[in-house]
Amino acid sequence: MKLFIPNMLANADAGFWFPEQSSTVAEHSDSVYFFILYVCTFFFVLIVSLMVLFMVKYRHRPGVEATKTSTHNLTLELSWSVIPTLLTIVMFWVGFTGYIDMRTPPSDSYEINVIAKKWVWAFQYPNGWIESELHIPKDENVTLTMSSDDVIHSLWVPAFRTKMDVVPGRYTQEWFKATRAGEFPLMCAEYCGQKHSMMVTKVVVHETRGDFDKWLQQASDIHKNKTPVEAGEYFYKTRGCVQCHSLDGVPKNGPSFKGLFGKEEKLADGSTVKVDANYLRESILEPQAQVVLGFKPIMPTFKGQLTDQDISALIAFIKAQK
Amino acid sequence: MATVVDSSDPKSNFPIQYRELNYLNCSSGWKSWFFTLDHKRIGIMYLIGVTCSFFLGGLFAVLLRTELLSPKQLLMGPDTYNQMFTLHGAIMTFLVIIPGVPAAIGNIILPVMLGAKDVAFPRMNLGSFFLWLFGAAFFLAAIALGGLDTGWTFYTPYSVTTNTAVITALLGVFILGFSSIFTGLNFIVTIHTMRPPGMTWFKMPLFLWALYATALIQILATPVLGITGLLLVVERAFHIGIFDPALGGDPVLFQHFFWFYSHPAVYVMILPAMGVVSEVIAVHSRKHIFGYRFIAYSSIAIAMFGFLVWGHHMFVSGQSRVVAVIFSAITFSVSIPSAIKVFNWLTTMYKGSIRFTTAMCYGLAFIFIFSIGGLTGLFLATLATDVHLHDTYFVVAHFHYVMMGSSLVGLFAAVHHWWPKITGKMFNENWGRIACLGVFLGFNLTFFPQFLLGTRGMPRRYYTYLDQFQGLHVMSSCGAYLLGLSSALMAATLIYSIYRGKKAPANPWGGASLEWMCSSPPPHNNFDHPPLAGDPYVMESVVYNEEIGGYVPVECQGDNKQTVTASGDNEA
Ligand code: HEM
Ligand SMILES: [Cu+2]
Repeated sequence: MKLFIPNMLANADAGFWFPEQSSTVAEHSDSVYFFILYVCTFFFVLIVSLMVLFMVKYRHRPGVEATKTSTHNLTLELSWSVIPTLLTIVMFWVGFTGYIDMRTPPSDSYEINVIAKKWVWAFQYPNGWIESELHIPKDENVTLTMSSDDVIHSLWVPAFRTKMDVVPGRYTQEWFKATRAGEFPLMCAEYCGQKHSMMVTKVVVHETRGDFDKWLQQASDIHKNKTPVEAGEYFYKTRGCVQCHSLDGVPKNGPSFKGLFGKEEKLADGSTVKVDANYLRESILEPQAQVVLGFKPIMPTFKGQLTDQDISALIAFIKAQK
Repeated sequence: MATVVDSSDPKSNFPIQYRELNYLNCSSGWKSWFFTLDHKRIGIMYLIGVTCSFFLGGLFAVLLRTELLSPKQLLMGPDTYNQMFTLHGAIMTFLVIIPGVPAAIGNIILPVMLGAKDVAFPRMNLGSFFLWLFGAAFFLAAIALGGLDTGWTFYTPYSVTTNTAVITALLGVFILGFSSIFTGLNFIVTIHTMRPPGMTWFKMPLFLWALYATALIQILATPVLGITGLLLVVERAFHIGIFDPALGGDPVLFQHFFWFYSHPAVYVMILPAMGVVSEVIAVHSRKHIFGYRFIAYSSIAIAMFGFLVWGHHMFVSGQSRVVAVIFSAITFSVSIPSAIKVFNWLTTMYKGSIRFTTAMCYGLAFIFIFSIGGLTGLFLATLATDVHLHDTYFVVAHFHYVMMGSSLVGLFAAVHHWWPKITGKMFNENWGRIACLGVFLGFNLTFFPQFLLGTRGMPRRYYTYLDQFQGLHVMSSCGAYLLGLSSALMAATLIYSIYRGKKAPANPWGGASLEWMCSSPPPHNNFDHPPLAGDPYVMESVVYNEEIGGYVPVECQGDNKQTVTASGDNEA
């Protein structure tokens, strides 16, 4: 196949139609797809070849008029109503059975919470650790319990063939069992505003449960294996601060962190405040309490999502942005 | 009939309106157009409005496709991109496709096909055009007032929280909804009360059946859209929690409301086009349409089932599994009437005498494109596959195949088929066919690669994308350029014909329905005497006449032209 299809048409790590199947439901989803594809191709070829045949055979020739044929034929019409009906019943049925599997999280699943917000994913592991990439073990059922902080998002892993909307105000669930180790794109499929197309991250599938546990252990031990500034940088990148606060002095939705520590800030209510550790801590936990002049009060609170130690690391990081 | 009058004799003693005066030149000045009650003039104004909107929406499309040539930023930032795809979608759906065939072509042709002087409520008809203009003005205002970035679907809570011109646009949609309802109402009453003697329901041309089914949907579904829009306005303006969970509302409720209108609305877009194709295929193959009743019933069936399947847009929205399963099952029921029509059209061509006029070329292109559009719907109706495909470029490709590929190509077929009737001029068929080929190739090059983009993992409404998708995006953009150029060529060919085209005979293609029985362009009142309707698909009832370059009724052929008008008088 690859030989004949120019590079432009072939998908780097996969077949012609789909990314390589990497979850247990993918195989079923694809086989349903190909079943429908074959049926449709059959009918499409039938329709188009009849059309072309008639176009050629019955094209107008001078002096030759159309032949009167019967204008109606019940047998013919019933057959082209009934046969497609039967075929669609089969399609419905195979699609239905696969869907029920996709929508029934197994009871022995490894559970990960997902919080979606504009425009980052936060995956929270059972030990409380939050990461912006999804890590899972291979060959194990994983259930995501998802909620959104703002608008509707939708979590989609093409290689797994599953997708589910993440709706504010309710929890939705999605599950899969990965069958291949590696890294796969994970993205937001429901339009969610400015950076919708950048709400893309990856799923890392670890070969064994042991590998995964080791990764989680190390990752969540951040304060031990990183300096406070490094740890702060890590939170800055993974918890979404980066969306609104730059490091180069150019304000985005919020003030830039460059040279922030120690600065005098004018507040929206007219007063001023000196940026110190207490002010930063308050801004992270109660962002609406003291809003800097010229910015909208749109920052979400991180209360309950960052520990004191995490916040200290962030402050160290901000302090380091001279 | 009047049309057979020998126009080479200027001093013929027929009443003047038979030869010279027609609806285009019977009065002049902008007021005679703007305040006209003539359905044909109103239709023409719609057609002009729709065409302008189409080229505006098309310009946006070309800019969007240009941006997507590369995963990096080329022309515009993400905010502009998001506004542009929203306006592209909203303009194309609400200003082009929904009014395109029914309001523009339907208005011009429906009364003539019925042998009537006008629609039942001419004033309401003019009113609905003004509403359309007014609604369109709100859309333009929304563009000017900081754009709109919600997507044409206005999904909450995004549409409640974004600070773009949501309210302005929604008011536009609301007003356009009234325009649509008025048109529908008018058509229903017209068809019920103004059919001529001899035209029973089952002798009605299929285009009228299609318009009738469309009108039913318009008046039953549009109010729901209006109410949904108003609720959203109320929510935004007064912070009453209806759809936004932050205020205690339910975002999925919005989706139910929205699709309860918008799913039937997609049939408002496709049914009239199907009606056009039934006429075009029969006339240009010179064959009686095959399975008339099945086609007529299938229009009504599509209109009815169309109300029951909205939930298939929400298989991954978090709605319950049971609901999803029920919606999937019902959705398949819509595919059957569509399939029936395709087979009927093909059988109509069997043993015909097919002329590859531009209109017929568009008709054939319709069958090709609609088959792909309809068949790919099956992948989306099937639960297991929709979960992967929902909200990807596969869906984008599917609905462009049906909405733009089929509805719009149907509109193009209609415009070419009835152009001689509407303007009294013949256009250059060669240029017409070249434009048609360009539209066909450009369209498929644009949208076919998008099926692959979708299955391979490209979500819709993305401003940037993973590098691996670039090749297919570039193909798609090239197709869009070809499509744009071809549409411009089509417009140029048609406009040129107004100035330089040959004069059109009353019946250039040999149709047997009533609109071909009056002169081209029709006189102000279409018919002076209600014509007698027969089977609209007995193509043998008209024969070609060298002298006129068009078809004339068999009984009038040859001998005495005077009897023609005389017999018209007798029928009255
Ligand atoms: C009659 C011609 C048809 C028209 C005009 C039409 C139009 C559309 C449009 C406009 C959308 C997408 C709207 C959006 O999300 O922005 C859509 C989606 C869909 N269509 Fe069709 N369609 C047609 C035929 C079919 C058929 C025959 C089927 C099934 C047998 C079908 C099944 C679907 C499904 C399931 C979706 C939702 C996909 C998703 O959002 O995941 N359609 N259609
Ligand atoms: Cu999103």
